[in-house]
Amino acid sequence: MAIKARAKPDDLPTVGKSPTGIRGLDEVTQGGLPQGRPTLLCGSAGCGKTLFAMTFLYNGAVEYDEPGVFLAFEEQPEDLIKNVGSLNYDIQKLIAEKKLAIDHVEIERTKIAESGQYDLEGLFIRLGFAIDSIGAKRVVVDTIETLFSGLENELLLRSELRRLFEWLKAKGVTAIITGERGEGSLTRYGLEEYVADCVILLDSRIHDQLSTRRLRVVKYRGSAHGTNEYPFIIDEAGITVMPITSAGLAHEASTERMSSGIPDLDRMLEGKGYYKGSSILVSGMAGSGKSTVAAHFIDASCASGHRCIYFAMEESPHQIVRNMRSIGIDLQKWVDKKLLRFSARRPSLFGLETHLATMYREVTDFDPTAVVIDPMSALLGAGATGDVHSMVLRLVDFLKFRDVTALFTNLGVSSENVTTEMQISSLMDVWLLLYNRESSGEHNRQLYLLKSRGMAHSNQVREFILSSEGIKLREAYVGPEGALTGSARMAQEAKDKAASLVREQQMDRRSRELDRKRREIAAQIEILQAQLATDEAEVELLNREGLAREDQLAADRVVMAVSRQAGAGPDKRAPKSANRSKKWTAK
Amino acid sequence: MTEYDGYNLRLYVAGQTPKSIAAISNLKKICDQHLPGRYEIEIIDLMKDPALAMRHQIVAIPTLIRQLPEPLKRIIGDLSNTEKVLVGLDIRPN
Repeated sequence: MAIKARAKPDDLPTVGKSPTGIRGLDEVTQGGLPQGRPTLLCGSAGCGKTLFAMTFLYNGAVEYDEPGVFLAFEEQPEDLIKNVGSLNYDIQKLIAEKKLAIDHVEIERTKIAESGQYDLEGLFIRLGFAIDSIGAKRVVVDTIETLFSGLENELLLRSELRRLFEWLKAKGVTAIITGERGEGSLTRYGLEEYVADCVILLDSRIHDQLSTRRLRVVKYRGSAHGTNEYPFIIDEAGITVMPITSAGLAHEASTERMSSGIPDLDRMLEGKGYYKGSSILVSGMAGSGKSTVAAHFIDASCASGHRCIYFAMEESPHQIVRNMRSIGIDLQKWVDKKLLRFSARRPSLFGLETHLATMYREVTDFDPTAVVIDPMSALLGAGATGDVHSMVLRLVDFLKFRDVTALFTNLGVSSENVTTEMQISSLMDVWLLLYNRESSGEHNRQLYLLKSRGMAHSNQVREFILSSEGIKLREAYVGPEGALTGSARMAQEAKDKAASLVREQQMDRRSRELDRKRREIAAQIEILQAQLATDEAEVELLNREGLAREDQLAADRVVMAVSRQAGAGPDKRAPKSANRSKKWTAK
Repeated sequence: MTEYDGYNLRLYVAGQTPKSIAAISNLKKICDQHLPGRYEIEIIDLMKDPALAMRHQIVAIPTLIRQLPEPLKRIIGDLSNTEKVLVGLDIRPN
């Protein structure tokens, strides 16, 4: 029962949200600014308050059909229009369509004398008129604190401001009140006392001469919100807030595979390549072929119809395309087919967070399947080591969350220095180590798959050969002298070949010898058998002769018997036999 | 004397508030005393014509604007401080 009572009913009143249309901010605030209430947007000079506010109105008018009023205390309408023209906001068109109204309030102390009691009803009338004339749902008041320098009676001003914010609430408009950052307080004149529903703080910090803009939702009554500082960027594509600090570890793990673009490397990875959505670190010294590994990956991904972004930190896109052509990879055709987008920026162009926000925007924009960051180590120059780690962490999480396969290259300080990889290696799923080994007067590239989570991968060091047909991995010669590569491997292989030839010849000779012996013996056997046959024939002949003689003797005995008993019986043959026996007797 | 060397004054009010009423009577008193026969007062009620608030850059109520003689001068408040009104309108007491 107790649990049931705590279940949230669906019709519980909650704070309505008015989406800003600013990428990332709506995620941080879980839907936008509190609807029908004023929000305080504070920050120091030049951190983008006015642009933020104008974007809120512009998006409201263009995307959410909510007209807006911009009450400007600082800038002339013409200047405002020009300033946001750089973001491609056509304010004049919106004004003509009655979707936007700009009212500039001019207050200058030197031109105004004060005598007696007054109130700011004039301002209310103006604002009310502007709101009613276009049916505005959104209001920006930028920057009302100017009134403090324009009017003497601060006490009155404060009570009037309180009245203004209450009045805005009563009007039901979603308002942004901008305020200048003060010392020790959010705004110089303590506006946060009056506007208490939602406070957003903008900040621009300089680190190593690079400025990074950050946003923080200080409070948001009646709504959960992200409490961290989020980097944001302002550029020609508008404002982008990077809404993640860390996406957590709840991402789905894909079992899908993506080819590395190098068949030999795929073979080392169970023959299938990387897991989709995994993070791959390719580290190595200068010239060890990191970018080439990256280019292969891009090429293979694009070839299978996936979109890719190549974040180039050190080379221009043109240069990369040219260089990769030399190993037979044409990246330009993917650019032409709009499958590949280059995003080239010097790391020192802006701070880390800004890089992160830029990447975030590009990725959400282009929705790629794979990205390459080449080289990630270049970002080291844009921030302290700890910052780089946290940034990479966020980037990895963000990409994983979107199931984007990311390949980071990292320029190692020394060939086998694997401990100092900005502690990022633990974030990576696959780690390819490329090194350049010097031996017998030449440098040879080697590749080693240091780790690959979730698959049975090859543990062998391979020789890495760059040819005009791309990368080839050869099994390195492993022998008593260690792994040999390059000409040393070739020399060793030649030596091995010669040795094996000799061995073969020896074997051949031995078997020939045996053969010969066998033939000799066979011949001897033949001779002996022939002799035996001769002997046998002799014996038989003699035997036969012996038999014949015995027959003769028997016959003779018969004849003799006949002749001795003459007349004992007539026999035709008798006379003959008699003759013969006569003869024999005569002998 | 040129065409018109008097004072052309505009007083912006918002309805019949005590401050507005006070401003109107204070202004008349000052003008009668210091600019007899040399002034014109135009009272504009922004409640009736709110668009003028923006066009004429009105923030505070009541606001007095000296249209003539040039240059334009502004005084805000119920004009209860005569000294300040005279300085603001650049009138030297006779």
